[in-house]
Amino acid sequence: MNRRGKYLTLSGLEPLIVTPESNFINVGERTNVTGSRKFLRLIKEERFEEALEIARDQVEGGAQIIDVNMDEGMLDGVEAMTTFLNLIASEPDIARVPVMIDSSKWEIIEAGLQVVQGKCVVNSISLKEGEEEFIRQAKLIKRYGAAVIVMAFDEKGQADTYERRIEICKRSYDVLANTVGFSAQDIIFDPNIFPVATGMEEHRKNAVDFFRATKWIRENLAHANVSGGVSNVSFSFRGNNAVREAMHSAFLYHAIQNGMNMGIVNPTMLEVYDDIPKDLLEHVEDVLLDRRDDATERLLDFAEKVKGNKKESDNGIQQWRTQDLQERITHALVKGIDAFIIEDVKEARLAVNRPIEVIEGHLMKGMNVVGDLFGSGKMFLPQVVKSARVMKKAVAYLQPFIEEEKDQNTKASGKILMATVKGDVHDIGKNIVSVVLGCNNYEIVDLGVMVPPEKIIEAAQKEQVDVIGLSGLITPSLDEMVYLSKELERKNLEIPLLIGGATTSKAHTAVKIAPNYKGSVVHVNDASRAVTVVGDLLQGNNATYKQQIRDEYETFREKFLQRSKRKEYISLDKARNNKLKIDWPQSKIFKPNQLGIEVITDFDLKQLENYIDWTPFFRSWDLHGKFPEILKDEVVGLQASELFEDAQQMLKTVLKDKKLVGKAVFGLFEANSVNDDDIQVSVSSQSNEFTFLTLRQQLKKRAGVPNLALADFIAPKETGLQDYIGCFCVTAGFGTAELAKEFEAQNDDYSSIMIKALADRLAEAFAEYLHQKIRSDYWGYAANEKLSNEELISEQYKGIRPAPGYPACPDHLEKDTLWELLQVEENIGVTLTESKAMWPAASVSGYYFANEKARYFGLGKIGKDQLEAYAKRRNISLEEANKWLSSNLAD
Amino acid sequence: MKQIEEELNKRILVLDGAMGTMLQQYQFEEADFRGERFADFPVALKGNNDLLSLTQPEAIKEIHRKYLEAGADIIETNTFSGTSIAMADYRMENLVYELNFESAKLAREVVDEFNVKTPEKLRFVAGSIGPTNRTASLSPDVNRPEFRAVTFSELKTAYKEQVEALLDGGVNILLVETIFDTLNAKAALFAIEEVKEARHLEIPVMVSGTITDASGRTLSGQTVEAFLISVSHIPLLSVGFNCALGAEQLRPYMKRLARDTQFYTSAHPNAGLPNAFGAYDQSPEEMQYLIEEYLKEGLVNIIGGCCGTNPEHIKAIADVVKKYEPRQNGVVI
Repeated sequence: MNRRGKYLTLSGLEPLIVTPESNFINVGERTNVTGSRKFLRLIKEERFEEALEIARDQVEGGAQIIDVNMDEGMLDGVEAMTTFLNLIASEPDIARVPVMIDSSKWEIIEAGLQVVQGKCVVNSISLKEGEEEFIRQAKLIKRYGAAVIVMAFDEKGQADTYERRIEICKRSYDVLANTVGFSAQDIIFDPNIFPVATGMEEHRKNAVDFFRATKWIRENLAHANVSGGVSNVSFSFRGNNAVREAMHSAFLYHAIQNGMNMGIVNPTMLEVYDDIPKDLLEHVEDVLLDRRDDATERLLDFAEKVKGNKKESDNGIQQWRTQDLQERITHALVKGIDAFIIEDVKEARLAVNRPIEVIEGHLMKGMNVVGDLFGSGKMFLPQVVKSARVMKKAVAYLQPFIEEEKDQNTKASGKILMATVKGDVHDIGKNIVSVVLGCNNYEIVDLGVMVPPEKIIEAAQKEQVDVIGLSGLITPSLDEMVYLSKELERKNLEIPLLIGGATTSKAHTAVKIAPNYKGSVVHVNDASRAVTVVGDLLQGNNATYKQQIRDEYETFREKFLQRSKRKEYISLDKARNNKLKIDWPQSKIFKPNQLGIEVITDFDLKQLENYIDWTPFFRSWDLHGKFPEILKDEVVGLQASELFEDAQQMLKTVLKDKKLVGKAVFGLFEANSVNDDDIQVSVSSQSNEFTFLTLRQQLKKRAGVPNLALADFIAPKETGLQDYIGCFCVTAGFGTAELAKEFEAQNDDYSSIMIKALADRLAEAFAEYLHQKIRSDYWGYAANEKLSNEELISEQYKGIRPAPGYPACPDHLEKDTLWELLQVEENIGVTLTESKAMWPAASVSGYYFANEKARYFGLGKIGKDQLEAYAKRRNISLEEANKWLSSNLAD
Repeated sequence: MKQIEEELNKRILVLDGAMGTMLQQYQFEEADFRGERFADFPVALKGNNDLLSLTQPEAIKEIHRKYLEAGADIIETNTFSGTSIAMADYRMENLVYELNFESAKLAREVVDEFNVKTPEKLRFVAGSIGPTNRTASLSPDVNRPEFRAVTFSELKTAYKEQVEALLDGGVNILLVETIFDTLNAKAALFAIEEVKEARHLEIPVMVSGTITDASGRTLSGQTVEAFLISVSHIPLLSVGFNCALGAEQLRPYMKRLARDTQFYTSAHPNAGLPNAFGAYDQSPEEMQYLIEEYLKEGLVNIIGGCCGTNPEHIKAIADVVKKYEPRQNGVVI
């Protein structure tokens, strides 16, 4: 792998890459029944939650791999390994690190390999049973995708000298590399760490030989790694933690120097090498490095002095336990830790009046945090499952107290069937809703996941449930829900249906499910709402509520269908028949005071200060909010104010020094609509005629609502009435690029962006200003208009100025006609790029429509028929038309 | 393995698009799914798309053809659910071999038609191996986290049957895809290795995972890098991602994958994210634009579409792919 090189790579939920730069890799050792009596007891008594706590402690304490060993005569090793590794898999805090499957029995190792998704480490195999078995196991390990620890052990026994160690490791390495094809970097040698200071002469070199063998392996067996079980070395000092910790640290220090890159270490049984008292260190190293004949006796004597003067620190990890109650509960829910949840919930219960308040208060608060983290991608599915489990546990504890509080005679308030639909395995949401409803005195019939519709209906009838809750997370589940609603209707049932799950939506429920079924259908996406909805559905007189729901969904459906993307379209002919019909003879057509083209080349932009719409300015800086309220916004207010001040400052300078130049060209012309959608413009000074092509909405409308095209706002030729249209192009952009460049040269990107944003605002303001002048003077149809800036911005005036490329006329090619008609380039120098963008960028162009019925609208999607008609009218190929209008084509 | 690797060194190969989206257009009803042969089959069969290879083979071939015409270099067999585990829903465990064999043959026939016509542009058949409907490392029961609805051995056996049939039917590639639980994929790879060994056969294997949501992890919780490490133990032709996300959302994860692997890379994203109705409405042009970003950055060697894509999307992708050089992958280990 590119970055990986030939390094040992492992994975849990997250990667672990062992490079030369990595520090020593710590393998947690306490989830090992042979090494921890406590762990053995917990496994034997099937107290798995506590056993998992041990694993979690290891990871939180810094273990980068956790070793799991179930080799105990009284245990069914295969089952214990499978169960515990499966449990770890559902604990993301633990499962993030790779696992080391530790056993001397192959069947236990293989059982472990079959349940671990990540790349784990097998601990261990060796030549003990001969080459054939060694090869067989290694091949399988490779196929399961694991790395392997190879013990320095062969047919003759365990290597206990330097020579035997390197002999066996070399042989193992050659077999693995040549016969099995095992990647060298996936091989980890364990050259045997044996105890020192045992009093036996032959053990004196145990540590030294290990160090030497390690060095040899790292130098001679390319890419192989070295590991070992460190605590063995201090075996003879059991009971004296101070000495043991010092021994472990000193041993590690030297082993790492020689190339050992991972090891099984209890991080809480490790002193920092530099913190070992000098005299103790000297005694320990004398033993490890075999520096004196009397090293062992000296250390034994010294050990008596330092015995037990150190208490194991109660890991700082548990600091969260000191926080206040709500924080502890939230922490437990977010982290999925259930070890303390009962005591915390008990404390909460005693603090409130009614036990149910703990659920509604403390626990829901915590679950909301979980929901937020999940929603924002900071938690992932397995963690949420765990949170639900802690929640359930807490609720189970509270249940009896809630029961006790109830009147003895009260029965469950209702029976709710819950199911995740066929084809879907996701049930967290469903389970949370079940839990919460259960807490509110409803009896839950939970059919689990992947429940076929027949089974849901059968159970609903047999159990006589009051409500059916359906859940699903993947998109095909939506269809399942639709299908089920139809089946319910077919069976003539009326049981209310609750719809929930990540992909469900009120829209889908209202549009696709509710219409199929005469029973109530409600979309519920959070547990707390489920309680209210079910309560309302099951109240004595629920007819009103049910009708309310029905009406609400009806309205929602209608509204949604109008703006939904999946809309019904009508043919262009039909759309044309449904055009806006203005009663032309009655309509007031105002002849412009001045026809023809007018050019403004030296406009003083200062006049525009009051026409600026600041809201989009802030948006361009990613500050969202309406001006001027945004200046006082809680979150962005301070930043917005600073920005506004800078903007004002720059605006003042720019306007004063006239660094930006405003130019405009506009024209008012005689015009009539022809052939439904075209606008014919005649310019008296020019002999040729111009035609604007407008596009017509094809979305199917409610009765009485027209399918609009801009041409509808101009009197058709056949009416015999002369109508008028205006066009314009304004710019405030000349000078912007130069200024921006200057700023950039000074590395002042802030100002560079600022000037561009300001120029854009000025261009918009200019368009607004000019439109006003048109209305009051040049065209003059609204001579008496008196509007404030706010009213201008909210477009409370008569007539519109739509721009090509915007929703009412998305066709950018219209700009070509505009440019030709107004001679824009010749008159003011604004040009069009090949994709019809205006240069300078701070420019606005468009048409003026004066009719009082004229209004802004969005074209929406159009059909193939209109595209074809358009291509013909425009005299371009269908392909080219397609290119320009692609985003407006319905599927 | 030679031929396809030669092609991959020369150019970016285009994978086909969605089968399901295309099948929807036929609006097959229960009777169409059943055909004559399964007219009296005891359970409902509508929705069993794999079965259409037996009952509506012409439709399947037509879809393959459309994708090839659109410019696809690799066609996926209609076998996404072709394991005894996934087929148990329809009580069709016994038909698994036939389903895979016939599906592979259909794709083979159509691809051969094209290869004969234009031998200079070789196309390939990839046997699609889906994730099954069960997860080996997640419990379906929140109260029994240690429980598993399927075991590694069961998965391995099921995948082996599918792989044998696909190979007999003539596929050029095996594509283990839409992996949301890496352990399932490992079982599939294990099965493939067993078959390879027994048949003394080399067959290119593509692996494609699924990043399910904004956390950037697989459903079973692995990060991009952890996933990659977990499937890199056998020699793969390619590794990549498909489904769940659109090209835009997938890009950061493809980047991380492409950076870290020496295998070729593949991507077949959805046509954007589903709308409120579970439908996809990203246009071919939009998708093409997003895919072009991949190409500019050199992220892929094989590119195609998943849910919501159709031949127009594939055509748009095939068109833009021509302009770019394939991703340079790292030196062999």
